[in-house]
Amino acid sequence: MQIHSPEFKENARIALHNEPLQAALGQFKFGFPVNRARAIANLPEFETLRDHARDLKNHIIQNLDIYLEQFEQQVTANGGHVHWCSTAEDARQAILDICQHVGAKTVTKGKSMVSEEINLNDYLEANGIEPVETDLGEYILQLRGDHPSHIIAPAIHLNVDDVADTFHEHHHRPRSDDPQTLMKEAREVLRKKFVSADVGITGANFLVAETGSTIIVTNEGNGDLTQTLPKTHIVISSIEKVVPNLEDMSLFLRLLARSSTGQEFTVYNTLSTGPRRPDDQDGPENFHVVLVDNGRSDMVGTDFQDMLRCIRCAACMNHCPVYGAVGGHSYGWVYPGPMGSVLTPQMIGIDKSAHLPNASTACGKCQEVCPVRIPLPKLMRHWREKEFEQHLTPSTVRWGLAGWAFFAKRPALYRWLARSSAWFMRRMAGKKGRISKLPMAGGWTDWREMPAPQGATFMDQWKKRQSGDQS
Amino acid sequence: MSKTAIFNKIRRGLKRGAPSAEQTAAALARIQSRKPELVPARSQLDHPGQIELFRSMSSQAAAKLIDLDSLTQLPEKVAEWMQHQGFTELVSANESWLNELDWAPLNNISRTCRVAQSGDNVSLTGCMAGIAETGTLMLHSGGNSPTTLNFLPDCHLVVLRESQIVGCYEDAWAMLRQNHPDSLPRTVNMITGPSRSADIGQKLQMGAHGPCELVIFLVKEAH
Ligand code: SF4
Repeated sequence: MQIHSPEFKENARIALHNEPLQAALGQFKFGFPVNRARAIANLPEFETLRDHARDLKNHIIQNLDIYLEQFEQQVTANGGHVHWCSTAEDARQAILDICQHVGAKTVTKGKSMVSEEINLNDYLEANGIEPVETDLGEYILQLRGDHPSHIIAPAIHLNVDDVADTFHEHHHRPRSDDPQTLMKEAREVLRKKFVSADVGITGANFLVAETGSTIIVTNEGNGDLTQTLPKTHIVISSIEKVVPNLEDMSLFLRLLARSSTGQEFTVYNTLSTGPRRPDDQDGPENFHVVLVDNGRSDMVGTDFQDMLRCIRCAACMNHCPVYGAVGGHSYGWVYPGPMGSVLTPQMIGIDKSAHLPNASTACGKCQEVCPVRIPLPKLMRHWREKEFEQHLTPSTVRWGLAGWAFFAKRPALYRWLARSSAWFMRRMAGKKGRISKLPMAGGWTDWREMPAPQGATFMDQWKKRQSGDQS
Repeated sequence: MSKTAIFNKIRRGLKRGAPSAEQTAAALARIQSRKPELVPARSQLDHPGQIELFRSMSSQAAAKLIDLDSLTQLPEKVAEWMQHQGFTELVSANESWLNELDWAPLNNISRTCRVAQSGDNVSLTGCMAGIAETGTLMLHSGGNSPTTLNFLPDCHLVVLRESQIVGCYEDAWAMLRQNHPDSLPRTVNMITGPSRSADIGQKLQMGAHGPCELVIFLVKEAH
């Protein structure tokens, strides 16, 4: 996927004025967050499970090489193959090699964000292999030449009408705008693809060191058809997904469905362990696991290590006011929302993504809902600091911050300035009481509104309080 | 080689070299301990309680339950369901306990033991366990129960005996390891209700790529 993160501000401005997108996003806020809240209310142990999950992930990172080594041994013992890939390029090449080795012409694909990360589809196509996305959302996007805007609900930015038009154009059937009819149509069309594919590629939610198994968590069942019908099954996964044993995996499974879609459990949780056994009548004859690093090992031991705990549940974006306002495409690369604002700079460079860690209202909602308790606001702040150190911040903002530092070191001046600027901001907000433009802070206010300061400044109130006046 | 490069970077980040013998032994022991993490209290019930919980959780996940007083009732109940739906072909797992039943009640409905194919309407399989915690079925691949039966047909009929119902996932893992001490079957499927998707206009629809219907024949057993 091409990188459009440098244009975040422009993307966001356009998104805010895109009415169909705003309609889709308006609906979105009442789905996942509401379901999550309900699921959590049904599980009194949820908060304790989060603590355990955080601690277990930390333990895994400390022993990452050991668990990965064990995982590889078990995959091999079960007749599978592990391919280690440092970079996206390595991973693309490894997958192409496997496909070419088995003479593949078509490849069906389950949903995998890592495959988006390494831009797999374009690469396969360029090498004469047809990739077919089989997750319903991903399939719609592939027909439209579009990309996911959300990590678990890739087509969340589209409305029923968009899908109706797309299917009408590509399936050559009468146009229907009934979701049930549309889904049936896709089911029929894709069935043929499942059956005729030479290779099936799926992602993985976890890798189990104990058994050499990979697991996918899906609601549609496409991932299962993808891996069961073709002769070759390739799993593509990043390295931080390994867990010690099945019990540990269960801990994360209890958190994953509830945090993401708000289900008690996702419909299909499927473990894959090696190729088909001698007496099996179906299933793949070859089993490959492509393990991708792509910058993750660089995060170990740094300020960003906590991000390696991420289980890709999407709760942070589901609850993010910025994501909810501008949608996933505005972020300009594969991973949107708060988790994307931390991961993207790591993967494509802070120079190309400096706006993302600033795309925060510092409301802290993401951290509040993250099942593995990643301190996302803090990590975004780390990127802002790094960016500032590298002088990537536009000069007006830097000038503004330097100015603030100058006044902050001079208390009397600061108090005067704060009082007069509160007055100034109230004037700017007018009757609405909300400010949608601030001079020299366009980067902040172009896609945010903020309430005008009410009443006296904090310092004034503090002084009053200290002198015993509680008004 | 990429593996060495990746491991070196991880180790540099962890500020250590290759793990010590003790650290490796500790991690391996952790893997082998198979110690359950925190298991929610909801599934820690007596067996009748677990059966009740399984019933309510699987129904909540939109699975259909059909009660049988004994396994011998299965052919007539399957026939009844199929006639009601207007289906005439049943693709079945090749389990001996299924084959031994008297399938005469099927009349003109055919029952064939084979892998599933595109276009099949109905499949019938057993399962290894029912997990009360979330109303989840656990199935796995094997010579007599091809995995395509669980995913390709439009409707999946599953036979579950009450004695197969356990409380939590961890109970099912223990059972699985006992049945397969050397290595897991190629695939283990945890199934909770019929397939679904909300990818079209954020409207939840049943029947995406997997079965549109999941019917559980729950067989009573004396306690
Ligand atoms: S950062 Fe946390 S909330 Fe966001 S996707 Fe990852 S695990 Fe989920």
